Amino acid sequence: MAVEKLFKDEATEEKGERARMASFVGAMAIADLVKTTLGPKGMDKILQSTGRGHSVTVTNDGATILKSLHIDNPAAKVLIDISKVQDDEVGDGTTSVVVLAGELLREAEKLVGSKIHPMTIISGYRMASDCARKALLDRVKDNKDNAEKFRSDLMRIAMTTLSSKILSQDKEHFAKLAVDAVMRLKGSTNLESIQIIKKAGGSLKDSFLDEGFILDKKIGLGQPKRIENANILVANTAMDTDKVKIYGARVRVDSMAKVAQIEGAEKEKMREKVQKIIGHGINCFVNRQLIYNFPEELFADAGILAIEHADFDGIERLALVTGGEIASTFDNPESVKLGHCKLIEEIMIGEDKLIHFSGVEMGQACTIVLRGASFHVLDEAERSLHDALCVLSQTVNDSRVLLGGGWPEMVMAKAVDELARKTPGKKSHAIEAFSRALIAIPTTIADNAGLDSAELVAQLRAEHHKEESNAGIDVITGSVGDMSALGISEAFKVKQAVLLSATEAAEMILRVDEIITCAPRKREDRM
Amino acid sequence: MIDEVEDRRNQSHYNRRVNIYKQQQQHLPLEPYTHTYTVCTADLNHFVDPTNTSMALAFDEYGRPFIILREQESKSRLRGIDAQKANIAAGVAVSRILRTSLGPKGMDKMLQSPDGDITITNDGATILEQMDVDNQIGKLMVELSRSQDYEIGDGTTGVVVMAGALLEQAEKLLERGIHPIRVAEGFEISSRIAVDHLEKIAHKFDFSATNIEPLVQTCMTTLSSKIVNRCKRSLAEIAVKSVMAVADLERKDVNLDLIKVEGKVGGKLEDTELIYGIIVDKDMSHPQMPKQIEDAKIAILTCPFEPPKPKTKHKVDIDTVEKFQTLRKQEQKYFDDMVQKCKDVGATLVICQWGFDDEANHLLMHRNLPAVRWVGGVELELIAIATGGRIVPRFQELTPEKLGKAGLVREKAFGTTKDRMLYIEHCANSKAVTVFIRGGNKMMIEETKRSIHDALCVARNLIRNNSIVYGGGAAEISCSIAVEAAADKYPGVEQYAIRAFADALDSVPMALAENSGLSPIETLSAVKAQQIKENNHCCGIDCNDTGTNDMREQNVFETLIGKQQQILLATQVVKMILKIDDVISPSEY
Repeated sequence: MAVEKLFKDEATEEKGERARMASFVGAMAIADLVKTTLGPKGMDKILQSTGRGHSVTVTNDGATILKSLHIDNPAAKVLIDISKVQDDEVGDGTTSVVVLAGELLREAEKLVGSKIHPMTIISGYRMASDCARKALLDRVKDNKDNAEKFRSDLMRIAMTTLSSKILSQDKEHFAKLAVDAVMRLKGSTNLESIQIIKKAGGSLKDSFLDEGFILDKKIGLGQPKRIENANILVANTAMDTDKVKIYGARVRVDSMAKVAQIEGAEKEKMREKVQKIIGHGINCFVNRQLIYNFPEELFADAGILAIEHADFDGIERLALVTGGEIASTFDNPESVKLGHCKLIEEIMIGEDKLIHFSGVEMGQACTIVLRGASFHVLDEAERSLHDALCVLSQTVNDSRVLLGGGWPEMVMAKAVDELARKTPGKKSHAIEAFSRALIAIPTTIADNAGLDSAELVAQLRAEHHKEESNAGIDVITGSVGDMSALGISEAFKVKQAVLLSATEAAEMILRVDEIITCAPRKREDRM
Repeated sequence: MIDEVEDRRNQSHYNRRVNIYKQQQQHLPLEPYTHTYTVCTADLNHFVDPTNTSMALAFDEYGRPFIILREQESKSRLRGIDAQKANIAAGVAVSRILRTSLGPKGMDKMLQSPDGDITITNDGATILEQMDVDNQIGKLMVELSRSQDYEIGDGTTGVVVMAGALLEQAEKLLERGIHPIRVAEGFEISSRIAVDHLEKIAHKFDFSATNIEPLVQTCMTTLSSKIVNRCKRSLAEIAVKSVMAVADLERKDVNLDLIKVEGKVGGKLEDTELIYGIIVDKDMSHPQMPKQIEDAKIAILTCPFEPPKPKTKHKVDIDTVEKFQTLRKQEQKYFDDMVQKCKDVGATLVICQWGFDDEANHLLMHRNLPAVRWVGGVELELIAIATGGRIVPRFQELTPEKLGKAGLVREKAFGTTKDRMLYIEHCANSKAVTVFIRGGNKMMIEETKRSIHDALCVARNLIRNNSIVYGGGAAEISCSIAVEAAADKYPGVEQYAIRAFADALDSVPMALAENSGLSPIETLSAVKAQQIKENNHCCGIDCNDTGTNDMREQNVFETLIGKQQQILLATQVVKMILKIDDVISPSEY
């Protein structure tokens, strides 16, 4: 007797082959979607949001594309998730990880079709991914000790990363910006201290790195526009009417005269506070919260530059660059650390006035000002630069470097192929499939560049058959070239993360033999 | 109305009843009962529905119909053998879903929640819980798996498969006309035989704080069926070490609350580590506080660094300038006092459950007293246990003795995003540990958390009771042989039920073999024959294709209590389902 209903209405269940099919198809669809963005000649996508204004984003960044998709297929969601994690962890390779996972699943589908159990495929994939990782480890270069070489490594990595983005025209310029900015961090991965300011106008080439700090604020009226040898107090305190914080306090008076008195007392309190702040011997005061007219006037009288409503990040960054501490009480002026800088001035970028702090004490933070023709260009430039900065900051910590242009994939594929020949049993099919999936990446790069991928990949493979080959795809000339001579490098950490997360995701999807979708939660229609 | 009834008279086997009804009608005065007629016809309409055979329409001694179940027509109802069969079918359907997840080669299920979140898991309890089951019996199976999870923590898939197998067997017996109660009793007897038999074949095995190898082996058996089996060895070691760290070996008890399982996406599974201390997903309240504190003395506070908020309603009226000023002074003094008190007792780190006022935050920073805010209650307790401190609810009660101690407190950043966590290590009392999981994506972390939980439970069960049985279906096969042998001694109908129970026990190893790609019947019969011939109860299914089916050599163990609980729980639920003979459910609108 058949069970009438096991699940709730609208809940669906897919079993066995059908479930596997559903996840393969979903995952491959996602991989094919981002496939065309891979490599230096990859194309961009236009994303139009469904929100108000139908804002448009033009991007080449895998994570950004996938984030904005509304996907219902569960397997596809797994791929989107790995791409997000890749973005958070290493910042780059978000497209490659999805493409590789998709290729692994495509190969797996063929194997399942020829009656190999998913579990066998998984164990083969695991062996292959271990082997591939080892192969990479054998061929990494580490120039940590040689500062000059290390810097050129960083430059190459930055250029390789940027070459697939909108910034490729000026990649040398931007690579230099990124490397300079990251080198200033001195090993920290805290990208918060690199500020990116976007100002429309000018061309991408006009973008520059500023050693100081730029705050997107205006200077209060009647206050000095230029201060040399500034002592800065960075604060987070209320500069409107200071509320009494004791619970239940309220003002209750019985005559107008008393209101005036209390108002006077309040003003007095504020005046005292301002006096205390001024007593620190400062000539610049930056507050996170608003500064009302009255205190602003007081500051102006004292010849102090007061900047209000700097956002939280701004405050933290400012404290970091100037070496001051973020203060909220002002009773002990002698022990509060003040920030210092050589010069504060108002500068103009395009049409906007900004406040520029230069000659700061702590050299860690810096600002990159991006210029570009339109907001779309600027947004995309910011994303690209962010990718480059992420990769560089990770590379500073883990200085192992690989060559690019499909070279790592070919090295891995070769090692994996050899493993397949040595492995007895059905697993070897899976291992072979893994190497085919790896080769799919250079193939895609070549395809996207409009080259004859079959011919190129075959040449590449032959080239790699020789020991210690540096061959990769040179997209510019459309032939196989020496990657180390061309200066195309990638960070080991990125490649490793791509390899491991893609295998993990493929494994996860392969293990599934049943998909149960619950009924979607009923939402009240507010539209 | 009456015509209608007459029309239907010849239609079916309701004839008789309608005739009686008509006869009775003739004796009755028509007028006063018009209302009853309406109700009655409604019921008669219902009679035509062939699924509802004998309905709750009854007649009193005067032949007046009256209604037992309200709103009869809107309810669907199953009775007798049909009810039992429907229930069994539902139970079996649930267990069939889980069947493929059993064992080291079991597959995973992908579940999409009502909000669209994805869970990929192999854990029976989790699958069932998220499955959105609507069927009543299905829900019973969900409960079954959940109770195994609460009690034992592992074997949640096995118990459902077992119950499903018992139900399948019961259906066959019911078809042969054996009364469900007799079947239930037979099952009860055999479950007792099986449990006793397990006791007999169980091995005590020795372990101590230094020799944890046997524990690790058992945890590895549990982990081998999960996606994390890639590094089951290291995870099993982590699980055992953490359990040993918090275990009270004399009382044979483990408080699993002391083990915190924390996860963070990124990195790889191999980076998962055990930390003798606590990890809190928080950072210092002020960005410029020191990121590392050695030999920290920790004040653990549950009072906010804010002016007090008395619970009684009150008002402080300000009507003169003096009052305004005194109040202001008081406020400043208040913040000052709070920070000073912490400083006075010698604290070098403040961990607080609540938030800080900006002013207080700066004062703390200023006096060089790092602080962490918004730490959750559970974490606060764990920190208190780990550091040997006391949770202090008021500043007045802060004394040096109440401070917790930790060798090292540090903030660690992850990845490219602004993600920081606070490590509290080298604590005074190491009886609180954290398992920190890394993995490629969110689903992986969640699944690893569940797997670690299972492994922790297994290790705990072993510390409570160090008896083990052999896995890989060996215990089930051995029980099946014992039950089969015992069956012949029982006179009466129960004998059939006992035999059926033995068959049901076989289904677990059968599912294992099936999932591992072996031919189930052939493998099972070979193993069974081997067990009887060699009198060796360690023979099981060789799922990993290692060439031997002696589970002792393969080091595949399961806990005795886990297995016993599986059999008992499965039998109980099956008994309950068998005893149901009437299912009344409101039909859909």
